[in-house]
Amino acid sequence: MSKPKFKNPVVNWIDYRLPIFTFMNHELNEYPTPKNLNYFWNFGSLAGITLVIMIVTGIVLSMNYTAHIDYAFDSVERIMRDVNHGWLLRYIHMNGASFFFIVVYIHIFRGLYYGSYKAPREILWILGVLILLLMMATAFMGYVLPWGQMSFWGATVITNLFSAIPLVGESIVTWLWGGFSVDNPTLNRFFSLHFVLPFVIVGVVILHLVALHRFGSNNPIGIDVQGKQDTIPFHPYYTIKDLFGLSVFATIFAAAVFFFPNFMGHPDNYIPANPMVTPAHIVPEWYFLPFYAILRAIPDKLGGVLFMFGAIMVLFVLPWLDKSSVRSSQFRPLYKLFFWFLVIDCIALGYLGAMPAEGIYVVLSRLATAYYFFHFLIILPLLPKIESTRPLPVSISTPIITASSNASTVMAMREKK
Amino acid sequence: MTNKNTPDDKNKRDFLQVSTYALGAVGAASFVWPLINQMNPAADTLALASTEVDLEQLEEGQAITVTWRGKPVFIRHRTKEEIASAKDQLLDGLRDPQTDDERVQNEKYIVLVGVCTHLGCVPLGQKSGDIKGEYGGWFCPCHGSHYDHSGRIRKGPAPTNLEIPQYSFLSDTLIKIG
Repeated sequence: MSKPKFKNPVVNWIDYRLPIFTFMNHELNEYPTPKNLNYFWNFGSLAGITLVIMIVTGIVLSMNYTAHIDYAFDSVERIMRDVNHGWLLRYIHMNGASFFFIVVYIHIFRGLYYGSYKAPREILWILGVLILLLMMATAFMGYVLPWGQMSFWGATVITNLFSAIPLVGESIVTWLWGGFSVDNPTLNRFFSLHFVLPFVIVGVVILHLVALHRFGSNNPIGIDVQGKQDTIPFHPYYTIKDLFGLSVFATIFAAAVFFFPNFMGHPDNYIPANPMVTPAHIVPEWYFLPFYAILRAIPDKLGGVLFMFGAIMVLFVLPWLDKSSVRSSQFRPLYKLFFWFLVIDCIALGYLGAMPAEGIYVVLSRLATAYYFFHFLIILPLLPKIESTRPLPVSISTPIITASSNASTVMAMREKK
Repeated sequence: MTNKNTPDDKNKRDFLQVSTYALGAVGAASFVWPLINQMNPAADTLALASTEVDLEQLEEGQAITVTWRGKPVFIRHRTKEEIASAKDQLLDGLRDPQTDDERVQNEKYIVLVGVCTHLGCVPLGQKSGDIKGEYGGWFCPCHGSHYDHSGRIRKGPAPTNLEIPQYSFLSDTLIKIG
C-alpha cells in the first residue's frame, strides 16, 4: 500500500478497499478546472441540484397521490389543503419543473454560445440532448397526473401526435392509451413512468459527468487547457462559486414558490378533467411552447409532427453541422450575430406557441420555424466558409496576463502625467 | 480430436454459436412481448357496452352528444338545407373525398365520433351558440379545423373526415352505436 492519502485512518482503510474517497477527491476536490469560467458555468450544477429537489419532493408527493381518474384531482387538492406541508411540497415540485427547464435552457444556450458541443465533447453534448428529451417526457407525464382539464387535453393532443405515423399510428395511440381514449389505464401508466424516468435521467446525468470529466469543462474563450497555469482546483474555487449561484437561484425559486406559485401554470388545470369538453385554448406548459409553435406552423399533420421532433433531432447532429474549428463566439463575429438571432427566434416561437393559431400568428410561426431550421441546416454549415474569425489567444492565461499588464501600463502612463 | 481446427469442426462451432444466439433472441423476444402487449386495451376495456340512443325527441336542427367508449359521439338531426348543401358538394375540392351518401344511413341523421382527426380535441358546433366554422358543420378550436354538414374536413390541419362509428337503426328513431 502506498503512502496513505488521507489523515483519517478509517477513511484510508475504506479507501484501500473501495476507492470512493480517492474518486471524490479526484473529481470534486482537486479536479483541475479552467480558471476563466464565468457565471454561465453555474447552470450545470444548478440543473443537477434541481433534479435532486424534484426527485425528493416527487417521492413524498407520491405518498399522498392516488393514480385513478376518480381520485387523482381530489388527492392533489387534499395535498394542497390537508396534508402537512403538502402545499409547499407540491408548489416546489410544480415550480421546480419550470425552473428545471429555465436552468437547462440557459445551460444549452451557454453550450451553443461557447461552442461546447465541438470536438472532443460531442458525446457529452449528445447525452445532454438525450437528458432534455427525457426531461420533456417526464414533465409531460407529470403534468397529466393532477387530472385537470389541461392535463387531460394535453395528454390527448400529445399522444395523438403518434397517430400521424403512417399505417401503424392508430395502433400505437391505442397502445399508449390502453383503450380508445385517454382514460384510467393511461393515467396509471403515466404515473408509473413519471416515477421511473427521473432515475433514468440520473443515470444519463452520470454518463454526462463522466464524459465531461474526460476533457474537463470548456471555457469562455474556448481554447484547450495547456497546463497547470490555466487551471485551478474545483474546490474551493468553483464549489464556492456554485454555492453562491445556488443561493441566488434558491432566492428566486423561493420567491416563485411563496409569492407567485401559479404564475407559470394554467388556471384551467384547476378544473377537473372532462372528456366531453375541450377548453377553448389548449396551451402546453411554457417550456413546450416553441415546439408547439413549430407543430402548428406546418399545415400538415405528419409534417408538423416531423418538424417538431426534428427541432430536437437537429441538436443531436449539431457537432457535425457546425464545422468551424473555433469554439467560442468571442472569436466568431458572424456566428455571434446569428446566435442572438436564434435566441430571438426561439423566444418568438415561444410567444407564438401561446397565441391562437390564426391570422398573422400563423404566418409569423411559419417564418420563425423556417428560420430555426435555416440556422442549423444552412447558416451553420456555410458560416466557416465566409467567416473570418478573430485571432485566438495563445493560452487561457495569456489574455489575463496581457490585460493586467496593459492595465498597469495605462496606470504607469497616468502616473507620469 | 486430433486437430481442433479442421473445417468441419469450425462449421460445427459456428452453427452451435449462431443457433444459441438465435434461440436466446427468440426467448428474450417472447418474454418482451407480454411486457409490451400488457399496455394494449384490456379485455374489460374492449368489452365496453354499446350505447343505445332514442332520437324521438331530437327536433330538426338539434344535436345531441352521447358517450361511447369514453369518446363523445355527435348526432345531428339535419335541416333540409344542410342535407342539400352536404349532397351538392362536389368531391373535387375535398381533402378526403366521400359523398354524403357514404357517410349516412338515414340522411336526416348524421352520426359522427366527435373527435377531431388532427390531434383529438372535441370540435364545437353541437350547441346552438357554438362557432360552427366556415362550412357550417363543426369547428375545432384547438388548431382550427373546419368540418361541413357531413363532418368532412374542409379547411385546417386535420387529415381526414370525422370518423363514423359503427351503428345501426333498431327502429326509425332508435339507434345502437357500437
